[in-house]
Amino acid sequence: MSEPPVRGAGRAEERAEAAMSEAETAGRAEAGARELLEIRGLQVVFDGFRAIDGVDLTVRQGELRFLIGPNGAGKTTLIDVITGLTRPSAGSVRFAGTELVGRKEHRIVRLGIGRTFQTSVVFEELTVVENLDLAATFRRPLWALLRRRRGVSDTVAEALETVGLTDLAERPAGVLSHGQRQWLEIGMLIAQRPRLLLLDEPVAGMSRQERERTGELLTTIAEDHTVVVVEHDMEFLRRYASQVTVLHEGRVLVEGDVAQVRADPRVQEVYLGRTAEEAA
Amino acid sequence: MESLLNQLPIGLSIGAVLLLIALGLTFTFGQMGVINMAHGEFIMAGAYTAYMLQDWAGAQAAAVALPVAFALAGTMGWVLERTAIRHFYGRPLDTLLLTWGVSLVLQQAARDLFGAPNVQVVAPSWLNGGVTIGGGTLPYNRLFIMALAIACVAGIWAYQNRSAQGRRMRAVMQNRELAACSGVATARVDQLTFFIGSGLAGVAGVALTLIGPVGPSIGTYYIVDAFLVVVAGGLGQLRGAVIAALALGMLNSFAEFWTNASLAKVIVFAAIIVFLQFRPQGMFVLRSRALT
Amino acid sequence: MSERVRGYALFATVALLLLVVAPLALPAFRLDELAKYLCLAIAALGIGLAWGQGGMLTLGQGVFFGLGGYAMGMYLKLHDAGGDLPDFMVWSGVERLPALWQPFGNPVVALAAVVLVPVAVAVLLGALVFRRRVRGAYFAILSQALAAAFVILLVGQQGLTGGTNGLTNFYDFFGRDPEAESTQRTMYFVVAGVLGVLYLLARQLVGSRFGRLLVAVRDGEDRVRFLGYDPALVKTVTFAISAGMAGLAGALFVPVVGIISPSLLGVVPSLELVVAVAVGGRYALAGAILGAVVMNYAKTSFSEEWAGGWLYLQGALFILVMTLAPKGAVGLYQQARDALARRRGASAAAVEKPGVAVKEEVPA
Ligand SMILES: Nc1ncnc2c1ncn2[C@@H]1O[C@H](COP(=O)(O)OP(=O)(O)OP(=O)(O)O)[C@@H](O)[C@H]1O
Ligand SMILES: [Mg+2]
Repeated sequence: MSEPPVRGAGRAEERAEAAMSEAETAGRAEAGARELLEIRGLQVVFDGFRAIDGVDLTVRQGELRFLIGPNGAGKTTLIDVITGLTRPSAGSVRFAGTELVGRKEHRIVRLGIGRTFQTSVVFEELTVVENLDLAATFRRPLWALLRRRRGVSDTVAEALETVGLTDLAERPAGVLSHGQRQWLEIGMLIAQRPRLLLLDEPVAGMSRQERERTGELLTTIAEDHTVVVVEHDMEFLRRYASQVTVLHEGRVLVEGDVAQVRADPRVQEVYLGRTAEEAA
Repeated sequence: MESLLNQLPIGLSIGAVLLLIALGLTFTFGQMGVINMAHGEFIMAGAYTAYMLQDWAGAQAAAVALPVAFALAGTMGWVLERTAIRHFYGRPLDTLLLTWGVSLVLQQAARDLFGAPNVQVVAPSWLNGGVTIGGGTLPYNRLFIMALAIACVAGIWAYQNRSAQGRRMRAVMQNRELAACSGVATARVDQLTFFIGSGLAGVAGVALTLIGPVGPSIGTYYIVDAFLVVVAGGLGQLRGAVIAALALGMLNSFAEFWTNASLAKVIVFAAIIVFLQFRPQGMFVLRSRALT
Repeated sequence: MSERVRGYALFATVALLLLVVAPLALPAFRLDELAKYLCLAIAALGIGLAWGQGGMLTLGQGVFFGLGGYAMGMYLKLHDAGGDLPDFMVWSGVERLPALWQPFGNPVVALAAVVLVPVAVAVLLGALVFRRRVRGAYFAILSQALAAAFVILLVGQQGLTGGTNGLTNFYDFFGRDPEAESTQRTMYFVVAGVLGVLYLLARQLVGSRFGRLLVAVRDGEDRVRFLGYDPALVKTVTFAISAGMAGLAGALFVPVVGIISPSLLGVVPSLELVVAVAVGGRYALAGAILGAVVMNYAKTSFSEEWAGGWLYLQGALFILVMTLAPKGAVGLYQQARDALARRRGASAAAVEKPGVAVKEEVPA
């Protein structure tokens, strides 16, 4: 089921949005959009503390990018800035050529960026299907939501299948286990049909099996989406990552493929403790 | 011009009363997320304390009543916290409705005990008269209320910043879980905060007897404005409460002077809505990263 | 599915009771009282929508009720005056009809204003407040302050609003004598009909995707943003709908009771209505209606017997409900039903909806 078009008339932003979602359904074949996300000179300051201190980052269309770094490196903050939750003190974030800084959260989502949260947040009183359906229908105008949902739309069914929650579809999300919630969140993300997915520590707190399933899920999703994953887990990284960016104390430390990054002495330094020279 | 000058002490003393009331509210609200509608009835309890003490202390009743009212209202608050409110933490809106039920009962009890009509408390003679400054008069009773508010704010400030117990209070306010993990007995801190906050309402009640009559529903006149002070000042913020209370008191009295009493409230309300456009969480905010 | 059938059966039963049994069984003045409760139930329905479903604790519904009531009252007053000044204006020495009153001479304008004015005020307030993410307790306090200010304004503007007395002494209600028994009877059916229609519409709303969205906004406003929705819009719309319902309720109240005055609209009456909703069961629309009717009935009958006692009783009942049964009567009923079903061991088949949990809210 293809999404109905967005309100036709109105602000330029919404028209751009409509154009974009059309382009998306047309097979993500925009010319010149090789660089999907461009972050330049980003700075975030919290009460004098520089959580992000001059980050440049480029994510290309179709890429699966891992973002790693020790606690407090600024990974979540970076995602917060991209999605409009936190306002940077300097720098720019461009998404497919559109500046995101200063836009409201829901507007950014409407441009085609979806995210999950480090601690998953789903709507416990809605069923799994309802959660997904909510995620799938945001492009419709409000009055179109006044009808009852009849059955399960293709988008939702597909998302259910992808994250493997079909059996739990009619249960309230409140009864899900931690891992299942994370999957539901990922499912909601898929149902949103975004052009860029930002996942904040999707496997944190998961069991080994759950991790593996999530890894496979991630690989599937990455086939036809652009994905940025924040992750701590080195093992997970080794198995599923290709391109990695290492953040440390608000800066990009290293960027490259997994082997390169793992071999880099600076990375070992920040992950395995400080060296003598720093302690001095 | 003269009468304009006279508005100043009126505004300041209304602000002072609002401050006394709002102090307790802002801490119970900020620390425990409790919206205590029965706070107004603690004011009433304080006011009736002064009234009752007249038999015994005569014209000095208001002065004698201050500590008694503090203890009485504080105890009432403590009992309320122990018996009911502590089951409601994390459900602020429900505490609002719960405490409104309590407030109904207390008001009716006062009506049965003291009668429905207003009563008068005779102010101590040393509060009669006033000083004249630049054409305006500063009545002593209003000066006294301001001094009382200053004393209470200073006391709270010292308590929060200088005493170990007060620091615990601030810790709980900033992060309850963390404070609990760090060994702070949060339940005890809550009780004490409630006691002090409610006690201050009692003090405010005594102060109100100096500028007007006392009735069973005296609290309801002030509680709404006091909550506005909390909203405008920011939760649990001493500075915010002081500034917001004075601003609201002044705005109220000047708006009344320039227009009339019935428009003044609307003006104050509009002013607060406008203010919240710039500071949606009040003047000062305790930061938190939590996604609600 | 059977859940749904049961719902319709219940609705039909209640409709039968209200539309057939009550008019036959009740004496005229009792029916009139019931009409009054049903008016309040319409306003309560709006509260159930805004608060129970949307999490907006609105303590100022009296304002919208009043705006609707005054719009209706102003029209009736002007109609009675027949081109002259309404009686109370003459008494307060007003010489020319205030500009504010002029449009209300037209019944169409007045009837439209009954809904549109409350909606406009709610949209304005909602846009200002929700857009800035003022919510939870802050919103409750602001709405209460609005009610306080509104009443003080009404009382103070004697010449414009009739002051404390409000608007009363209506002699002609669309060509009928408002006091006549037949008019009262007709009004009863009108009120019951409006309530029924609004209830069905509200149910439809709650069951729709918008309703799901509303619950999501209630439970996680910030998360909803990241699903691409604007919670401020959702809340403003819902708040406006509830305001419109209150306005309509106020307008119907005027011919039924024959008066609209500040004492019906202030902080306390507004809170009382919220209380009624809580007692009935805030998470179910039917609970809101039930609560409003029962609580107001109890208030009337008790106040007839022992005025002070009602306040004790109301206060105590309220403390008990909030402590022991925060989901109200409907919640208790659901609990009992579930317990019974479990005992029968019939739970295997039923994919039952668990009762709505009382959510932890985060202040502001
Ligand atoms: N709202 C805020 N106020 C103050 N400091 C903040 C705020 N948000 C983040 N910080 C600080 O910024 C730094 C970066 O935080 P961030 O959450 O982005 O780290 P992270 O890389 O996601 O860490 P983790 O791996 O623990 O999730 C931390 O030191 C954090 O304490
Ligand atoms: Mg993080």
